[in-house]
Amino acid sequence: MCDCNSTEKSIYLPELAPITKVAMMNETEMYMHLDHDIGHKPGQFVEVSIAGIGEAPISISSSPTEAGFDMVIRKAGRVTDIMHQMQAGDKLGIRGPFGSGYPIDEMKGKDLVFVCGGIGLVPQRSMINYIMDNRADFGKIAILQGTKEFAQRIYHDELERWAGVDGVQVLETIDVAHDSWNGNVGVVTTLIDKIDGIDLTKAVNLICGPPIMYKFVLMVLQEKEVSHENIFVNLERRMKCGVGKCGHCQMNGQYVCQSGPVYRYSDLANIPEAI
Amino acid sequence: MSIKKLNKDVFKSFVDSMIASDQSVVGVKEKVQAKGNKFAFGPLENADQLRLDYDVTLIPPKKYMLPQTETLLTYEVKGESKQHVDEQKLILVGVHPYDMIAINQMDELFSQDEYDTHYMTRRNNITVIACDVVNASENIFASSMETAVVEKGFDILLTDLGKGKEYVAEAITEKGEALLATAVDATDADDKDIAKRSAIQEANKKDLDKHTLNCKPSELSSLLEQAYEHPVWEEKAKTCFSCGSCNTTCPTCYCFDVQDLVNWNLKDGQRERSWDGCLLKDFANVAGDHNFRKQKESRFRHRLYRKGKYVPTKIGGQVACVGCGRCVGACVPDIANPVAVYNRLLEDIKP
Ligand SMILES: Cc1cc2nc3c(=O)[nH]c(=O)nc-3n(C[C@H](O)[C@H](O)[C@H](O)COP(=O)(O)OP(=O)(O)OC[C@H]3O[C@@H](n4cnc5c(N)ncnc54)[C@H](O)[C@@H]3O)c2cc1C
Ligand code: SF4
Ligand code: SF4
Ligand code: FES
Repeated sequence: MCDCNSTEKSIYLPELAPITKVAMMNETEMYMHLDHDIGHKPGQFVEVSIAGIGEAPISISSSPTEAGFDMVIRKAGRVTDIMHQMQAGDKLGIRGPFGSGYPIDEMKGKDLVFVCGGIGLVPQRSMINYIMDNRADFGKIAILQGTKEFAQRIYHDELERWAGVDGVQVLETIDVAHDSWNGNVGVVTTLIDKIDGIDLTKAVNLICGPPIMYKFVLMVLQEKEVSHENIFVNLERRMKCGVGKCGHCQMNGQYVCQSGPVYRYSDLANIPEAI
Repeated sequence: MSIKKLNKDVFKSFVDSMIASDQSVVGVKEKVQAKGNKFAFGPLENADQLRLDYDVTLIPPKKYMLPQTETLLTYEVKGESKQHVDEQKLILVGVHPYDMIAINQMDELFSQDEYDTHYMTRRNNITVIACDVVNASENIFASSMETAVVEKGFDILLTDLGKGKEYVAEAITEKGEALLATAVDATDADDKDIAKRSAIQEANKKDLDKHTLNCKPSELSSLLEQAYEHPVWEEKAKTCFSCGSCNTTCPTCYCFDVQDLVNWNLKDGQRERSWDGCLLKDFANVAGDHNFRKQKESRFRHRLYRKGKYVPTKIGGQVACVGCGRCVGACVPDIANPVAVYNRLLEDIKP
């Protein structure tokens, strides 16, 4: 037995990186920035490791066009609870990036519709900001954001900023009416009819939100006769390794940590465990 | 490379000299009461303990490449982690062909895409002495799975030519050749010995057949293509305990869990991986108590799809059930037998 470095580096060994910025976004979500370049693509994720606690898969929320990367953490259990107690200067173990990310080449030149529910905006933002930094490569953009309650909204400054960009429309709604809110009230699907000047059947439609949301959004897109090839969904699964070995993320024959978490909806036709 | 013949005494001193060397030697030992009166792999102290006429072991030899629990990393709590790789050398004696094929599959799975140095370092430090089956176990169906004989993966293959009086030993790697050379009194096997060995192997191809699959293993994938909604999943899974024994006893199951442990000093600890099983209730749980395989029939189906369809796509079509029959014996409600399930599907579906 030995703890010496063997020839090959372990695929399970995280690299320590300091957190450079933290901010609470609302009661449950914490924003974090790490000045640590990992060479990611939009839509990929990392495994965050805290030695003695464990690991959790976390989406990369920023575009590779920016230095370092952002994460948004919802308190859900052991690792994310400790992350919420962390401050700038504390270090996190990072493995990755993992997953296949968004189909950027296919999205180029097309109109794009992002349908986001709650923290579903977190991974979508990595793509949205990539588009903002390469604006000429893409067509019109619609960003639809639905949040349950007013107090849970995230990235509102950024939604405002995007709304000011040429050819970008931002539509936001909350499920439950609130005194300080004079925008749309209702679930995110109610925004779809409000999209202006984009033919959904020709656009690439990218959905990310809680599991329950997919069925409703997909039903509406079905009514609008959007082909399943033009729809991408972002799926969540339990993950233990991130590298296609442990079996936890498997849905039928697919390993979400490798071939996902972003999937073309038509590719899921033979994957009944997907949705 | 050489094919040798070793009589009983030469074989015994060959094994004893391995044991006396600086490498640990593990082999199949006498049935153990505490282990359900089954044969088991364990460290050998002398050649007499080795039982090459065993039928099947309770736990497959995969535990030497992928231990039930192993340390991946050591660390300071909330601090730096270091990788931990076990570099112990080991000679593994008496691996049956079906188990060897399972190990070969696992070698492919742990080295493809992302190279798992923890598994692969252990694997590369093991010298495997495989042996042809002498006594068929109660539930073996290696004949149906085309796993009754094996051609690669081992360093030496032993074949008992009759009641342990004579063995043919063939080395197929440098490592095996060097080891076999230590049996200085071994003679070269002649054509007659090799013909006897072939006869034994040909017989095993037919006789390791306590259950019979009614199609070719290569047809399972297209059978399962059409079987997702078949009533058999519910019929069988009705009595499943979700105990996971069909996973832990299986030589091709390799799914794992990862957990962090903290030592008593609360300062350091280790990240460990341990066997997990897709039949266990929480295997596909995520935050918010959402379980992607909540129903036992969906977990039961997943295992048989992994064996017959999903894993094969990763390893060039090889079926990930090698017909050892261990799960059949381990399953109390007697529903785990892959042959029973696949044959039931074949009654209704043409692959
Ligand atoms: C690709 C991907 C991207 C993600 N991106 C983000 C992100 O950007 N931000 C974010 O906050 N989250 C994200 N998640 C979700 C996050 O990884 C999970 O919430 C994760 O479980 C948090 O880890 P934890 O240690 O804090 O929670 P855990 O301690 O693992 O507990 C979380 C919950 O998981 C379940 N669970 C865990 N272990 C077990 C067990 N042994 N048995 C039964 N149930 C168990 C329980 O329901 C528990 O309540 C992402 C997940 C995936 C797969
Ligand atoms: S599924 Fe059963 S018979 Fe097949 S290899 Fe696994 S334990 Fe052996
Ligand atoms: S061994 Fe039998 S009872 Fe136990 S999980 Fe497997 S199928 Fe179910
Ligand atoms: S997370 Fe382990 S296989 Fe995907």
